[in-house]
Amino acid sequence: MTRIWPWLCAASVALSLFMLGLLLALLLTRGLGHFWPSTLEVATLDSGELIAGEAVRETALPQRDGKERLYFTANRDIDGARWRWVAIDSIASRQTPTKLLRLQRGPWGDFIGYLSAYEDGQQRLEGEAAWQALATALAAPANTRPPATLVLETADGQLIRQALADIHRAQRPNAMHPGEKLRYWAHGVWQFLSEGPRAANTGGGVWPAIFGTVLMVIVMSVIVMPFGVLAAIYLNEIAHQGRLTRLVRIGVRNLAGVPSIVYGVFGLGVFVYGIGSSVDQWFFEDTLPSPTFGTGGLLWASLTLALLTLPVVIVATEEGLARIPDSQREGAVALGATRLETLTRIVLPMAMPAMLTAVILAVARAAGEVAPLMLVGVAKLAPQMPLDGDFPYLHLERKFMHLGYHLFDTAFHGDDVQAAIPLVYATALLLVTIVLVLNLTAIFLRHYLRRQRGQPC
Amino acid sequence: MLASNQGHNNMPHQDQSCLSIDAFSLAYAGKQALHELTLEIPRHRVTAFIGPSGCGKSTLLRAINRLHDLNDETSHQGRIMVEGIDIHSPDIDVSELRRRIGMVFQTPNPFPMSIYENVAFGLRLQGRTAKRKRDDIIEWALTSAALWDEVKDRLHQSAWQLSGGQQQRLVIARTLAVQPEILLLDEPASALDPVSTLKIEELICNLKSQLTLVLVTHNMQQAARVSDFTAFLSQGELIEYGPTDQLFTNPRLRHTENYITGRIN
Ligand SMILES: Nc1ncnc2c1ncn2[C@@H]1O[C@H](COP(=O)(O)OP(=O)(O)O)[C@@H](O)[C@H]1O
Ligand SMILES: [Mg+2]
Repeated sequence: MTRIWPWLCAASVALSLFMLGLLLALLLTRGLGHFWPSTLEVATLDSGELIAGEAVRETALPQRDGKERLYFTANRDIDGARWRWVAIDSIASRQTPTKLLRLQRGPWGDFIGYLSAYEDGQQRLEGEAAWQALATALAAPANTRPPATLVLETADGQLIRQALADIHRAQRPNAMHPGEKLRYWAHGVWQFLSEGPRAANTGGGVWPAIFGTVLMVIVMSVIVMPFGVLAAIYLNEIAHQGRLTRLVRIGVRNLAGVPSIVYGVFGLGVFVYGIGSSVDQWFFEDTLPSPTFGTGGLLWASLTLALLTLPVVIVATEEGLARIPDSQREGAVALGATRLETLTRIVLPMAMPAMLTAVILAVARAAGEVAPLMLVGVAKLAPQMPLDGDFPYLHLERKFMHLGYHLFDTAFHGDDVQAAIPLVYATALLLVTIVLVLNLTAIFLRHYLRRQRGQPC
Repeated sequence: MLASNQGHNNMPHQDQSCLSIDAFSLAYAGKQALHELTLEIPRHRVTAFIGPSGCGKSTLLRAINRLHDLNDETSHQGRIMVEGIDIHSPDIDVSELRRRIGMVFQTPNPFPMSIYENVAFGLRLQGRTAKRKRDDIIEWALTSAALWDEVKDRLHQSAWQLSGGQQQRLVIARTLAVQPEILLLDEPASALDPVSTLKIEELICNLKSQLTLVLVTHNMQQAARVSDFTAFLSQGELIEYGPTDQLFTNPRLRHTENYITGRIN
């Protein structure tokens, strides 16, 4: 009986680690794999029909034996769908022609087919020359591209005309060697990180959402840290340790368990409608009835999350303060230090690692929080960044984009959920990475501080 | 009362007294810990407080430094006078008082900073001192605490890397740096090994020429070795007070004799 306990404990640890590894592996492969230029194929069906696209996955057929394969065929403007299930036993042959082309386009999503001509007013290029011209044109910055038109041909021979202006990238994956693919992939990842979203968040990058998330977390930390630390100092160092203090402490701890959407409601009612509309009436009367602070924005979102993470900060800081032995305080006092001097010279420096832990916990909690933000300031698409070159540079009243909300929006509000799934994985991976990076920064800082003072780590 | 009664017994005379405790009582949250203690502590001498554990030695020592101010559940009666001034009088500056009365605790409590900064802590509290002068004071304090030779090459390393005995001497140096008139030591060697204990005892004897020392100890030999006067406390009361050699060789009371011969503890 006693032998089995260590094994059970070890097994549960192993299971947790395994699940975590699985999650990360899933996010990594699905999220980063999305940018890899995968092979395109042309399948000839028994009926003679030609299908060009990327084979995504296979499942068993619902009615009879055998399997069917899902192709991403793109070309929504031509045949109305982007996906096609094909029974495997109805495929006569498959080829991977090197000239098969994939375009990332503006309004209609991807195109898969052949490039038959490139026209830029003066000349009409065909064949390999057309591809060269297209590649050169796309290499130039978007605003310097010539006003050209492409003539595209689908696998089954339909011709369409496509303006060059709507095209973002072009690839012929079957003709690429691995090095080229890697470059293309890295460029795709970079675009995802550095560009704004396109096509109602179903394509393009997430830079505004990264920026919004990080900025919101920073503003929140700036708000919550002083309040949390002061509250913890009061509870641990100043207040008489009686029944009332104990009660307050229990209250604070329980506040950490309140569902986050409740904080959102509070933020909406108090900050946005209450304080926000009063501020508008006093200071922004000339722009009424369009609200300035009377609607969700960066400030209210940060305040709401500051409120949400306040208990975490108080509890973590207080635990740090309680760990400082009284002999340290007495030592300072016996040398003639006042209460304030003891606090600032001995207690606070010693509590610094605990305060950093508090920031870590607060950031980890806040960066992943979505529900309350939907009520107090996050936007599907923010026209302006909350930080820019216009005075006063930091625009606390603006709405902002957030990775968590972007994820939710991409996953459920696009017109093609199937196509958005890889982006959801990529965004999720990014969110996890950001939280991880923020945490690691704080952990290293804490480690450094402790080492500097010769404390055991 | 006691002091004047025993004037003929080599007891400290009124004008030699640095610290006088006059009918001082103290209670923790209504629980009486000290009962009307009266004694005179002579200048530039070592006075030891002995007694069974829980008898109130630390409580009395902390009262002299007004450390009970930190605990709002204590109350006291009677007076403690330092150089004729009541330490509880409203116009006294507590920080200044505590600077004049240094205190060393049972477990070494160096601050989490460098050795140098530990000793400089009290100086910095008093305001700006020129670096040259500060360095001199720090060297002097560490030398007085018999620690200079051991740490002079690593002044800027963390104080927490020192051994327990070194830490305790560092704490003494830190206290000496602000030049107190009285040094209170609460079982300063009880957490240390015999060699470190010996060093601390030597140090106490050497410091006598500079300041008045009050030493709490549960170690009878230690009290006999280093102190000039000894006060025996039991259950918050002062049982017997007199010159150390007299108290140890020829105690007036049975109770004292039983304690110092180890029959009660
Ligand atoms: N902070 C405190 N609160 C309440 N009672 C205390 C406190 N400190 C000490 N006491 C009590 O006061 C008495 C004297 O304690 P103390 O001065 O520490 O004894 P000693 O140092 O002689 O061993 C003991 O009965 C102890 O329980
Ligand atoms: Mg004690």
